[in-house]
Amino acid sequence: MRRLAVWAATAVFALVVYLLLTMWTGTWGLWSLSELIAGAVMSCIVGAACGGLLWERGGWRMLMPHRWLLLVLYVGPLFVAMARANIDVAWRVITGNIRPGIVRFDPQLKTDLARTILANSITLTPGTLTVDVSEHSGAFYVHWINVTDDSPTPEQVCGGFPAWARRIAE
Amino acid sequence: MNALIYILLAVGALFNGLGALALLRFPDVYTRIHGATKCTTFGSIFSIVGVVVYGFSQGGGEGGTLAVHALLALFFLLLTNPTGSHALARGAYRGGIKPAQAVVDRLEKGKR
Amino acid sequence: MSFELPFAVAAAVLAAFMLVSVLRLGIGPTAADRAVALDTVNTLVVTTMVLLGAGLGQVILVDVAIVYALLSFVSTLYIARYLEGGWE
Repeated sequence: MRRLAVWAATAVFALVVYLLLTMWTGTWGLWSLSELIAGAVMSCIVGAACGGLLWERGGWRMLMPHRWLLLVLYVGPLFVAMARANIDVAWRVITGNIRPGIVRFDPQLKTDLARTILANSITLTPGTLTVDVSEHSGAFYVHWINVTDDSPTPEQVCGGFPAWARRIAE
Repeated sequence: MNALIYILLAVGALFNGLGALALLRFPDVYTRIHGATKCTTFGSIFSIVGVVVYGFSQGGGEGGTLAVHALLALFFLLLTNPTGSHALARGAYRGGIKPAQAVVDRLEKGKR
Repeated sequence: MSFELPFAVAAAVLAAFMLVSVLRLGIGPTAADRAVALDTVNTLVVTTMVLLGAGLGQVILVDVAIVYALLSFVSTLYIARYLEGGWE
């Protein structure tokens, strides 16, 4: 049962990407019939080949639609933080005023997906870069370009992102 | 519409340039990854959004295809860029490169 | 579609930035510096290809950019693994 769900979910994702790539190629609506048949066969093969690689245990959580809505809403705060980060880094590039260091903090996230979302957000936002994540304790080691505190709380380093990651993927 | 496209392209080029400049100005690997990853990712968002606006404003089959494909390229770029830089930082640290001018280095003491 | 000057100009500017990154690729003191420079060049190449796709009216260049982005990601992961000191 689980294998079937994993296969179906991966195949649907592959089919969506395929449909986006082949949009406006046909006469039968936006697509042509032969394109659609080829895409369906192809996405079934992709689902069988890499479904097991992509879905961790407990991945059914991401099938809830409200998590996808949150993921879309997350783009807003992420973009604002990215803009602030870039102006900050741009200023540091020009003035050369840095105070770097590697700090440790523990956001207490359980699932791999939440950790991935948080690590990528941290890399893209104010003056921080994820260097390492401890597999069993879940602690983040972050290179911080302007260290203000030797052992900071998660809020000091990355604001509200741990809460967002928890809301989306846990 | 044209003015919007010009502004997007200019901002994108500006941030990409800052990323390239950061590579030259910063003192060690980690700070260079900071500058390069953040600025080029942000600049690429603006440049590619400029192409997407152009594609949709052209309309029809070809413009729409251009816009949708550019959006897919932007999506993959946003997904892969931070992950790749994270892998590079981790590889550099495990390969024995210490952060220059560091005021604190928790990773050294707290070895797994 | 036809030739669009603004996109071609933006692509040329990005190509100049690529040359600046290549400078770091040449002088970088450690292998990690060179890898970071290569990663930056890859990102710039993807963006330049998308801009050229719009500038020259060739959608196929955008498709090439997508494949290039994914392949360069895989190569970055391999280089990072190599910097780490090989396979465990």
